[in-house]
Amino acid sequence: MANIVIDRIKKTFGTFEALKEISLEIHDGEFVSLLGPSGCGKTTLLRIIAGLETETSGKLLIGGTPINGLAPKDRGLAMVFQNYAVFPHMTVFENVAFGLRMQKADQKRVKSQVDKAAALLHIEPYLDRYPNKLSGGQRQRVAVARALAVEPKVLLMDEPLSNLDALLRLEMRTELKAVLQASGTTTIYVTHDQTEAMGLSDRIAVMYNGRIEQVGAPVDIYSHPASRFVGGFMGSPPMNFIRLPVTNGTVKLGNTHHSVPVHTGSDIVLGLRGENVARTPLAEGLRLDVRVAEPMGSHLLLTGIIAEQPVRVILPPGETVRAGDAIGLKPDADRLIWLSPETGLSLNHPKT
Amino acid sequence: MQNDKSWIPYLLIAPSVIFLALLFLLPLVQTIWLAISEGGVPSLANLQTMAGDLNFRLAIRNTFLLTLAVVPIQIMIALAMGSMVAKVGAGRETILWIWTIPLGISDLAAGLVWLSILQNSGYLNSLLFSAGLIERQANWLSYQTPVALFFAIAIAEIWRGTAIVMVIIVAGLNQVPKEYREAAEVFGAGRWTRFFRITLPLIKPALQSALILRTVLAFEVFAVVYALGGSNMPVLVGEAYTWQNQNQNYGVAAAYAVLIMVISLAATLVYLKAVKVDPERLP
Repeated sequence: MANIVIDRIKKTFGTFEALKEISLEIHDGEFVSLLGPSGCGKTTLLRIIAGLETETSGKLLIGGTPINGLAPKDRGLAMVFQNYAVFPHMTVFENVAFGLRMQKADQKRVKSQVDKAAALLHIEPYLDRYPNKLSGGQRQRVAVARALAVEPKVLLMDEPLSNLDALLRLEMRTELKAVLQASGTTTIYVTHDQTEAMGLSDRIAVMYNGRIEQVGAPVDIYSHPASRFVGGFMGSPPMNFIRLPVTNGTVKLGNTHHSVPVHTGSDIVLGLRGENVARTPLAEGLRLDVRVAEPMGSHLLLTGIIAEQPVRVILPPGETVRAGDAIGLKPDADRLIWLSPETGLSLNHPKT
Repeated sequence: MQNDKSWIPYLLIAPSVIFLALLFLLPLVQTIWLAISEGGVPSLANLQTMAGDLNFRLAIRNTFLLTLAVVPIQIMIALAMGSMVAKVGAGRETILWIWTIPLGISDLAAGLVWLSILQNSGYLNSLLFSAGLIERQANWLSYQTPVALFFAIAIAEIWRGTAIVMVIIVAGLNQVPKEYREAAEVFGAGRWTRFFRITLPLIKPALQSALILRTVLAFEVFAVVYALGGSNMPVLVGEAYTWQNQNQNYGVAAAYAVLIMVISLAATLVYLKAVKVDPERLP
C-alpha cells in the first residue's frame, strides 16, 4: 500500500495533447476513479502510471519513490484489463500465480497466495480449469485475483466491468467494493460509467479533453459540479441547464425571485437536477410543458420544456401527469447551481 | 408444405467436389496403382527399382537435410519478422508488401535469380574478385563443391519460401490481443518470457499451419535445385522428373511420387501430434 502523486503529467501524440499537465494526489488505501467520456485521456493516464506508456513530461511517485522510467514490473503495481487478459493457455491457478511465478516466489508462498486470492474472489472451484470454460464474470474474478495475489502497492483497473452484461456488472460492482475494502489496496479505477464511479469511489476525478475538470467525493461532485460538463456528465438523467435572464441581480423562477452570484452578461444558466423540484400549482411555479411522461416505477420521469429549453425532471411515482399537460414546478432553493453562460463554470462553487 | 432447401449447400459445393475428384483423386489412385503394379498386376518391381537406384539414398538424404536446414530457419526468421513488424506503426503495410514480394516469384525464376548471383561469372564472384578476395572465378555450384551447392540451394529456398511463413505468422500474431503481453509485462515478465510463455503458445495454430505447409513444400523442392545444381544434387522430386522424362519409366516416377506423399503425410501427422492445438486453451 502506498500513496500516489501525479505531478504535472503531460502526454502528447504528435501535435495532439492527450494529457495537459495533470496533477492529482491519491492517498494510501484510497479508491479513486478517473471518470470521463472516451478520448478524455483517462486510459492514457492509467497506462502511464502502469508504465505501459511513457509520459512526455511530469513526475510520478508511488509511496514517495519516483517511478518515472521504471519498467512496469518495478513499480509495485498490478492491473486489471478491460478484456480481462486472462491467459487462455494457462489454468486459472497458473493465471492467478503468474505474477508470483515471475517474482520467483517459492512454491509454498505461491500456493498460499493463490488460495487466499481465490477464496476472496470465490473462484476456488475453477482453479484447475482453463479460462475458455468460464463466463465473463468468472474471468473477471480471475483477473482481479491475479492482481491481488501479488499484494500490489497499487491496483490499476481499466474499465474492468464494461464487458459484462448489466445485471452481472451491478453484482460485480458490489462485490468488487467489498473485496477492495477488505484488502485496503490503493486503487485507481478508470471508467466512463458515472454510476460505477459514484458507487465505488472514495473520490472521483472527472476528466475531459485531457484535463481534470473536478476532483471530489462522489456526492460533492454530484451536488456541486464545478462546470457544465461535470453536471451534464454525472447523474441520470443529466443535470438540466436552463438559460435565464437576470434582472437587478435576481432571476425569477415562477413567482419567486432568487438572487444570483455576480457575473458579467445579462443572462445566467441555472443548473437544476431533475429530482430537485416539487410539484406546485401552475400559477405559482415554473411552467413545465410536458412532452413525454415515463412512469419508471420508483419515480415518474418527465421530459418537457421550461423557458423554451428542453429539460427532464423527476417526480414521485404517484403523480398523475400526462403528455401535453402544463404543470408548475418549485425548485429546491438550496440546490440551485448557477453557471456562467460564457465559460460554463459554476459561479457558486469555489474554483478548483 | 415446408419448403425444403437443405440440398442447396450440396448443389453449391458439388462443382468443386467433382472437380477435385476428377483432377486429384482419380490421378492419385492411378499414380498409386502405377507405382505398385507391373503390366497390370500388383508388383513391387517399381519400388525395388527405385530403392536400388544409385541416386535414391542421395535424394532421400539431400531432401531431408534441406528440409531440416530450411524449415526451422524459415520459422525463426518469420517469427522475428512478425515480431518486428508488430512494433511498427506507420509504414507497416509497405514493409509487409516488400517482404511478401518473393511470394509472387515462381520457384524456377527464383532459382535463376540465384543462379545469376552464384554462377561462375555471377555477381558474387565479380564482387569477391573486385574486392581482391579471390584470384579467379570460384566454383560454387558444381558436383565437386557439394557443401557450397547445398548452402546455395538452402539460402535460395529460405529467401524464396520465408514470405509465406511470415504471412501466416503475422496473421497469427494479429489474432493475439496486445493486452496479453501487457498483462504479462505488468506482472513482471521480461521480453523473452513474454515471447516464450505468452506469444508463442497463443500463436500455436498459426505455427502449426506454417510448419505443415512449409515442410510439405520443402519435401517437394525441385525447381530451385534444378536451376542451381542441375542433377548435381539429387532430390526426390528431381528423381521423379528424371525417371518420367529421361528414362520414360512412369512406374518408377510414380513410386517416387507416392514416396513423397507418404513422407509429407507422415510429417503432417507428426506436427499435428507434436504441436498440439487444444481448442480449450485458445482465446
